[in-house]
Amino acid sequence: MAQHSSKGARFQAVTANRLNDGEVVYFKDNSWIENFAEAEIADGQEAAEALLTRASPDNMEAFILDPYLFEVSECQDGFTPVSVRENIRAKGPTVRTDLGKQAEAG
Amino acid sequence: MYRYDEFDHKIVTDRVSQFRGQVNRRISGELSEDAFKPLRLMNGVYLQLHAYMLRVAIPYGTVSSKQMRMLAHIARKYDRGYGHFTTRQNIQYNWPALDRIPDLLEELASEEMHAIQTSGNCIRNVTADQYAGAIADEIEDPRIISEIIRQWSTFHPEFSYLPRKFKIAVTGHENDRAAIKLHDIGIVIVRNDKGETGYEVHVGGGQGRSPFIAKKITNFVPAEKLLAYLEAVMRVYNMLGRRDNSYKARIKILVHETGETEMRRLVDEEFERIDASQMLSLPEAELDRISAYFAPPNYENLPAQSEAFEAAKGSNAEFNHWVKTNLVPHKTPGYGIVNISLKPIGGIPGDATDVQMDVIADLAERYALDEVRVTHEQNLVLPHVKLDEAKEVYDILCAHDLATPNIGLISDSIACPGLDYCNLANARSIPLAQEISTHFADLDKQYDIGELKIKISGCINACGHHHVGHIGILGVDKKGTEFYQISLGGSADEQASLGDITGQAFTEDKVVDAVDTIVETYLNLRQPEERFLDTYRRVGMSPFKEQLYAD
Repeated sequence: MAQHSSKGARFQAVTANRLNDGEVVYFKDNSWIENFAEAEIADGQEAAEALLTRASPDNMEAFILDPYLFEVSECQDGFTPVSVRENIRAKGPTVRTDLGKQAEAG
Repeated sequence: MYRYDEFDHKIVTDRVSQFRGQVNRRISGELSEDAFKPLRLMNGVYLQLHAYMLRVAIPYGTVSSKQMRMLAHIARKYDRGYGHFTTRQNIQYNWPALDRIPDLLEELASEEMHAIQTSGNCIRNVTADQYAGAIADEIEDPRIISEIIRQWSTFHPEFSYLPRKFKIAVTGHENDRAAIKLHDIGIVIVRNDKGETGYEVHVGGGQGRSPFIAKKITNFVPAEKLLAYLEAVMRVYNMLGRRDNSYKARIKILVHETGETEMRRLVDEEFERIDASQMLSLPEAELDRISAYFAPPNYENLPAQSEAFEAAKGSNAEFNHWVKTNLVPHKTPGYGIVNISLKPIGGIPGDATDVQMDVIADLAERYALDEVRVTHEQNLVLPHVKLDEAKEVYDILCAHDLATPNIGLISDSIACPGLDYCNLANARSIPLAQEISTHFADLDKQYDIGELKIKISGCINACGHHHVGHIGILGVDKKGTEFYQISLGGSADEQASLGDITGQAFTEDKVVDAVDTIVETYLNLRQPEERFLDTYRRVGMSPFKEQLYAD
């Protein structure tokens, strides 16, 4: 599996998959949302670790699978995932733009 | 075709209810993910990038029309209207919700299908030649012994926790279409000097991080002793296979580290013990009982030549092209084997919609004695089509974008799901297959190039068989960006070989150019009648490398 953040990553967010349907979700304000654009962004390594800790309490494991940090970078409209992998997770398969989050976004 | 007996039914339906309980307990929080994950994997359920993925077994690649209709129904009801046929003759659904999978499996079971042996460190679904029972000069239908192996290996208690997964493939024909030398065990059905049928066994082939061509460890095992022999191989592997390092846990590493001679000795020693106990002799009556399921269907007595077929070829150039690439001679006069390409130009290799699956099911029922086959090259086959009716079949296939005349050509590539779907992938595979097939869309050009198998994997696990592609493409990740390594000269047939890496990897936008350069180099160098692979084997890497890295 690819590495999700580079060593000197400044901005990071937390993602996971939801237990009952596998949907890609992002952590925000102590809950989980489906849309990357609204994900909580941590600035700096310390904030990132704190974010991951908040996202991974023991009882979360019941319905959220394997939360992890991934690197994002600033762009015009906010933030965007750095890796191809996280871009694909945030949108859906590049070969089926009619499916996944990108389709629901219309 | 094989039909379930009461034991098969019970095994499969019991498994569904057991899994239903496990899913319920997981969703209620009673089971932790650590406890549940191995259980879901034993039922073919993976977690991928966007959703769960369910892999459904298609034992030795054979389905009936009713089963194909069920696969279409599952795609419609539980997924997003399509399925993906894989290099292991299985079908994968990319979007099922975990809480609905038990219902899905129950519906599958009603048509004698399941997801057992599609994941986990067990003996996986057995694969076989897709032309089984239909091709001339076959020694024996490989599905007979494949079904026996399926029954022996399903939930085999001794082999449920192997060091790693274990794949077996069988061919009954000297032309290997099942890539048997790239399997943990590859079986070739042979006939000895006395005219008896038996099995030649190859062990330790495989791809992934460390690819190996299997070593032949016996020339002949008689039918009644084959299970004893396989059990001996499995036992040696189970005892000595490495469990300390998952990268070194496949039998190919054991065979490589132990050496062919010692491996043979170990297996023979174990085999003698099992054989002496008589515990695993296959009774002739049982062999006959299973063989009867695969008895030739009721072919009509037809002349070898069909006037309607010849006339259609003469009057329709496109049909003629399709016949040339997609229709293979059948052993029975008046019949043909029809290959259905799941590689439309610019399409996703191996994907079929629910509507296409229904159409194929109807075609099988009406024109192909009720059978469909799945190939490891991610296409489908109607094994028994009357030449008289080939044009009707072709017309229906055309109407559903299923008649691309490209079997074995450059646009017929294998591609794993890659980073578009797969959690393990480093790079995307499908877009490359699409770009290459679009680039070489011109049929005349494809025919001129001739047989050329491109195989694309999105990571080193090699689900897209890149090691054995005439041109192999491997996706690698460099700091979150996709790069592609190209190899040449691989082959998965009876002359199996592993490809040689050309050199430095290419960025995504340079891959099609690189393939084009390789093809042009071949066209300039080839001698009359030489296929790409022949030319490569004659001239070697240098001329290709020179052109690829000229700047």
